[in-house]
Amino acid sequence: MKWIKKHLLLFAALAVLGYLLLPNVVVAVFSFNSPRGRYNYEWNEFSAAAWLDPCGNPGICEALGLSLRIGLTASVVATILGTLVAFALGRHRFRGRSATNLLIFMPMATPEVVMGSSLLTLFVMAGMPSGSLNITIAHIVFCVSFVVVAVKARVSSLDPRLEEAAADLGANPLQTFLRVTLPLAAPGIAAGALLAFSLSFDDYIITNFNASPSSITFPMYVWGAAQRGTPVEIFVVGTVMFLVALSIVVIGQILSSRRERKA
Amino acid sequence: MAENPSGDLRLVQLSKEFDTFTAVHPLDLTIPQGEFFALLGPSGCGKTTTLRMVAGLEEPTSGAIYIGDTDISEIKAFKRNVNTVFQNYALFPHMRILDNVAFGLKRRGDKNAMAKAQEALELVELGHTAKKKPNQLSGGMQQRVALARAIVNRPDVLLLDEPLGALDLKLRRQMQIELKRIQADVGITFIHVTHDQEEAMTMADSVAVMNAGRLEQVGSPAELYDRPASTFVANFLGQSNLLTSRITGDAGEGLSSADCHGYPILVATENIPDGVSDVFVGVRPEKFRLGRHGRNQLKGTVTDDSFTGVATQYLVRLPWGFEVTVIQPNDGSPRAKVGENVDISWEPGSEFILDASQDEDAGMLDTGLRHG
Ligand SMILES: Nc1ncnc2c1ncn2[C@@H]1O[C@H](COP(=O)(O)OP(=O)(O)OP(=O)(O)O)[C@@H](O)[C@H]1O
Ligand SMILES: [Mg+2]
Repeated sequence: MKWIKKHLLLFAALAVLGYLLLPNVVVAVFSFNSPRGRYNYEWNEFSAAAWLDPCGNPGICEALGLSLRIGLTASVVATILGTLVAFALGRHRFRGRSATNLLIFMPMATPEVVMGSSLLTLFVMAGMPSGSLNITIAHIVFCVSFVVVAVKARVSSLDPRLEEAAADLGANPLQTFLRVTLPLAAPGIAAGALLAFSLSFDDYIITNFNASPSSITFPMYVWGAAQRGTPVEIFVVGTVMFLVALSIVVIGQILSSRRERKA
Repeated sequence: MAENPSGDLRLVQLSKEFDTFTAVHPLDLTIPQGEFFALLGPSGCGKTTTLRMVAGLEEPTSGAIYIGDTDISEIKAFKRNVNTVFQNYALFPHMRILDNVAFGLKRRGDKNAMAKAQEALELVELGHTAKKKPNQLSGGMQQRVALARAIVNRPDVLLLDEPLGALDLKLRRQMQIELKRIQADVGITFIHVTHDQEEAMTMADSVAVMNAGRLEQVGSPAELYDRPASTFVANFLGQSNLLTSRITGDAGEGLSSADCHGYPILVATENIPDGVSDVFVGVRPEKFRLGRHGRNQLKGTVTDDSFTGVATQYLVRLPWGFEVTVIQPNDGSPRAKVGENVDISWEPGSEFILDASQDEDAGMLDTGLRHG
């Protein structure tokens, strides 16, 4: 009884963790299934077939590749733009600062269907044919907002006196930025970049509005496939994505804790 | 790196206005090379602003800053041979202590940066912390790192902005001695900002007292204490008893007679400001004696006493109701009790004399100081 009381917090934490991770576990388990019909919803028998040939289902790896490309491009561009905006907003007082602050929030507050359809209207009016370029531009639009929020939180908590100290010690503005400001803002920038990538990789609604038959992203592929059946390969890709994300987090943790300990 | 000739630091008509507010009124100040100089004043009087202008972190509204014969006011902060120990240390949290200290040397391309940085750390007795991060050090250690980081560059002038402000009393005293020792070792001009008058007096060769963006007085600690030029300085540095008096005439032997609320007293003529007859006669508490020992004598009643070990501090009410502070050293002379009628006395010449047209409460801290 006492033992249970003592470890109550641990149980609660494990329960929450289990609740959060259960879907991922199901996906991982069913990626080893060999389904009876076209739908991978019932356990039939063990098979590693999908793992040995994840691109087996026509179009799946093309869709995955496109999503990764769009995700990388959108997150890189959004991170650069968003970081610049965040520094401007977090560091300088200027006319229209609060208006800019507000406008930056707009893409986050706008319902995705509204944004998707209005972007489509814009692209049509501009004479730009739907496809991966439009999707990328659309992703950059909403990713920038999230990057700005993540980086600004970090930038505005930076002590401006550190930059003054660098200048005082003889560092020119570029050296100050590279050696003091950037390393200190890096965690915020990294968080913004990861967030942007996962948002882009994940997006269905806005993407769907601006896609063409030749630009099927992974979420669109999954949705389309789910109408006709659920190929096991999707579960494999899902599991891999989860493991990659997990290892990024774990490696990050290990690196930072080792740095702490070494210091 | 521009070659900055070293020499005296001179501020000429230097001023700083923020949007609506003048933080520093045009001031002139010369600080000899190699001196330990303290800038003293109450909060918000413009000390930090003045330092920041010297460091190049704040652009002066007018005036010029010279080191030797070179006007450095137009030189950017990162090119000035001036370093600052910031009020909050401002150590780079993402760098090891050693990298923090080597930062300035590396910017100059010094090949021996690491070795010199280690040496500077040894100087402040923190050699063993080289591989740590700033947040693993105590406040006092961080303060010494900040000092090492600035001093290792051998600047022409080192600016210290209340570097001891965050430390407890014991560490503060220890660091004061340390700072003094280091300054003597390296021989760099130190400008030490503080609002602790005791710290300024014990450490500095000269002290400048600042008030509301202006310099009140500049001089050696003894000059400032014994001959304050204004009620502000008199009250801000130590305790003062200001006796409202009127100079009545010459009394020979370099003395003048004065009338203090109907009581005749003598003062040194040389202490009287030119052309003034309504004055405050200022007497420091330790210049008063209990009993009839001096040529100036007044009667009073003890209203309070506090024994501090080395001395006893009394409050004595004078016949016209004004209370003065008297400090009697614990030298074996008989102590007075509260309610006792006593004589207090002092020697002419041990006073300072100020024009009575100024605010007698200027620079007064809220405790224990009286006037009349
Ligand atoms: N950037 C600024 N904009 C407007 N006013 C300022 C600015 N910086 C300082 N001031 C004002 O200038 C005055 C002097 O400030 P300063 O920081 O020099 O005081 P200080 O003597 O260093 O005080 P403390 O002992 O509290 O550090 C203050 O009244 C302050 O409000
Ligand atoms: Mg200050």
